[in-house]
Amino acid sequence: MRKILRKTNSSIGKELGALTALVLLCVIMSISSPHFLSLTNLMNILRQSTLIGIVAAGMTFVIITGGIDLSVGSVLSLASCITAGMIVNHEMNVWVSVFAGIILGAFLGFLNGLMITCIPLPPFIATLGIMGVARGLAFVYTGGAPIYTFPESFKFLGQGMIGPIPFPVILMVVVYIIFYILLKRTKLGRYTYAIGGNEEAAILSGIPTGRYKAIVYSLTGALAALAGMVLAARLDAATSVAGDGFELDVIAAVVIGGTSLSGGQGGVIGSLIGALIMGVVRNGLNLLLVSSHWQRVILGIIILAAVTVDVLRKKGVFLKATKYKGVIKGDPDQVQESI
Amino acid sequence: MGENYSLQMKGITKEFPGVLALNNVDFNLKEGEVHALIGENGAGKSTLIKILSGAHQMDRGEIFINNKKVAIQNPRHAQELGISVIYQELNLVPYLSVYENIFLGREHMRNKYFIDHKENKLKAKALLEALEIKIDLEQTVAELSVAQQQMIEVAKALSMNANIIVMDEPTSALGNREIEQLFKTIKKLKSRGISIIYISHRLEELWEIADRVTVLRDGQYVATSDLKAMTKDELIKLMVGRDLTEQFPKREVALGEEVLRVEGLSRRGVLDNISFNLRRGEVVGFAGLVGSGRTELMRCIFGADRFEQGTIYIEQNAVEIKSPQDAIKHGIGFITEDRKRQGLMLIRPVKENITITDLDQFIKHLFIDHGQEEKTAEDLVEKLKIKTPGMEQEVRNLSGGNQQKIVIAKWLLKNAKILIFDEPTRGIDVGAKKEVYNLINLLVKNGAAVIMVSSELPEIIGMSDRVYVMSHGRITGELTAQEATQEKILAYATKE
Repeated sequence: MRKILRKTNSSIGKELGALTALVLLCVIMSISSPHFLSLTNLMNILRQSTLIGIVAAGMTFVIITGGIDLSVGSVLSLASCITAGMIVNHEMNVWVSVFAGIILGAFLGFLNGLMITCIPLPPFIATLGIMGVARGLAFVYTGGAPIYTFPESFKFLGQGMIGPIPFPVILMVVVYIIFYILLKRTKLGRYTYAIGGNEEAAILSGIPTGRYKAIVYSLTGALAALAGMVLAARLDAATSVAGDGFELDVIAAVVIGGTSLSGGQGGVIGSLIGALIMGVVRNGLNLLLVSSHWQRVILGIIILAAVTVDVLRKKGVFLKATKYKGVIKGDPDQVQESI
Repeated sequence: MGENYSLQMKGITKEFPGVLALNNVDFNLKEGEVHALIGENGAGKSTLIKILSGAHQMDRGEIFINNKKVAIQNPRHAQELGISVIYQELNLVPYLSVYENIFLGREHMRNKYFIDHKENKLKAKALLEALEIKIDLEQTVAELSVAQQQMIEVAKALSMNANIIVMDEPTSALGNREIEQLFKTIKKLKSRGISIIYISHRLEELWEIADRVTVLRDGQYVATSDLKAMTKDELIKLMVGRDLTEQFPKREVALGEEVLRVEGLSRRGVLDNISFNLRRGEVVGFAGLVGSGRTELMRCIFGADRFEQGTIYIEQNAVEIKSPQDAIKHGIGFITEDRKRQGLMLIRPVKENITITDLDQFIKHLFIDHGQEEKTAEDLVEKLKIKTPGMEQEVRNLSGGNQQKIVIAKWLLKNAKILIFDEPTRGIDVGAKKEVYNLINLLVKNGAAVIMVSSELPEIIGMSDRVYVMSHGRITGELTAQEATQEKILAYATKE
């Protein structure tokens, strides 16, 4: 009995929705195009989903706390340019450079968190600011020109294969295993839910919410930088325009995956599915020779549909919330009467 | 009788699921009088006003306005009938100007599309002048004091041609001088033949402003009387009335040493030189009116708010409490007044809500031991008799009483030695109340000390070993269990 209840109450229900959509899409695509189900194409989809997928793992944490991170696209670009500059212009060790880039991403994320908890700025504004700063610095550093021709060891990050599987896909899977465990099994994950569930209650329960928010934004910044490495390695070039509009794709993937924008609910597996859905749609539309212009329209509609589902789901919550309202407002008479 | 009644309510009955909020209540209002409506929390004042304002529909009864029977459909209809309610939380738009607020939704128009600002200003000016209120029409409401905002509400009511104005606790947020100004305005309204229903917990001011008083108790009509004909004590007796047949379980606990002492705690404009102490095994009640500073004091002690002066001693040692984390480290737990906004993560499961205060005890090698966590949560759920289908149930699906027990459970988990209960039984049913009382008794029996803030006097008297009474951010009285009566507490609570 208890086991059944646990199942219906966990987030599996929501992820099931996204998973169903993904499977449905795959069926439709495989009927529409004979090329869709080929191994090369499937690997292609996976590889194309890795950038959004990797960052979406961190963004899920951010959104569960009730926040948002608009800076991931710019951080991706700046980190990849700095790392590329270290490797190409200064001929530094590849792994030291990669590490430095990721640390830079984490630091920018930490700045986000710091402004959000200490000032405090709304997450939207803080990360919007860093979005501009990071993008601008990327232009300043590169002068607008791409940095290219990397050593093979670096290119492996984006182009390498392990057996039939592209290395970025393996990287993404590792990221998801780590972030799944972080979310479900550690204090960090639990407090992430707690902050989004009710920040005031979390503070009054003795949780240092500021510290945990800073960690969450730092992790997201680090993942954005990591995605930047993968992208630069795949293209064999780092540019200051990379990842323009990327943050919105990432947020879309998280939301499509069933994480609620109002915080407190959701999970990383859903976001992975969300990223795959976006990958399948893009890939499928390419196979069907739909122009990239129309692809934008269709992806926009998919995002709208997903958020509509989110809103409708919340509306159920909202109805309950209004029922509570009488009790919450400081009207003692009403409190008694509305029992 | 020959007198004109602007409003008569007869045999008003209203039932909410499980609660008879109003039972055959009569109320009448003479033309140009100020009629006080008083009663304890839950007496039915708000329900009566909500029926009058169209927010609730009555189940039985009749309402006459100017001797004509009416059936009030909704708030808009009530306004058309000349009824205006000025709520405690004012309904103004902060960033619109004074005159825009007065005519919001009823602007004078130049034509179909454009607002005639000149005309609106002119009309607003006339209204304010009639009330002898000096406020700049162009100012935004956000710049005004609470008292001035109230005046704007009054002007707004006049602009709707209200002849019955209900004021819900208009003085609760005002200083003395502002109250004077308000009373002047009320007298102005009276002289224009407008009738006022005046709700207030500050009893002594009634004699200054009101002509008659109607007392409600537990949804029943008790009495209507000329205020001149009665004393404050008589009025309190009418309000309190009921026998305090004890739903409060007895306890016999020997008091131990002092665990908490607060000396000279002050927070500007909120708390003034608060000193008190608490002993092991003791339940200390904090009584006072809404806004007297009790919750603010508890938030300071718990580190949720800062204070400028004063020292907190825990077991005789001066400690610095700068955050809830500090307070928790010193063994303090805080069961907040508003469990939904401050106590619970409603969309998270029972288990997570209980273990949130001390997750560390389940951490093994960086990971949460889910099995251990669940077992501990289950134990507490069983111990506190929390009714839930399982540990994974979202807390919002539980009843108020069970939610409250979850808040208590999380502090039991943390083994808090000093527990602050802020309005612990607000909005929960009688059975659950008794369980909460039993829990408090169990806690002090096991060596904890409890501070209980409550606006329900029977609860304060029934549960406390000692009672502190607060008013205007100060402690105005300290009573032992033997001394504490509702009359004495109310007297201290309304002391200026």
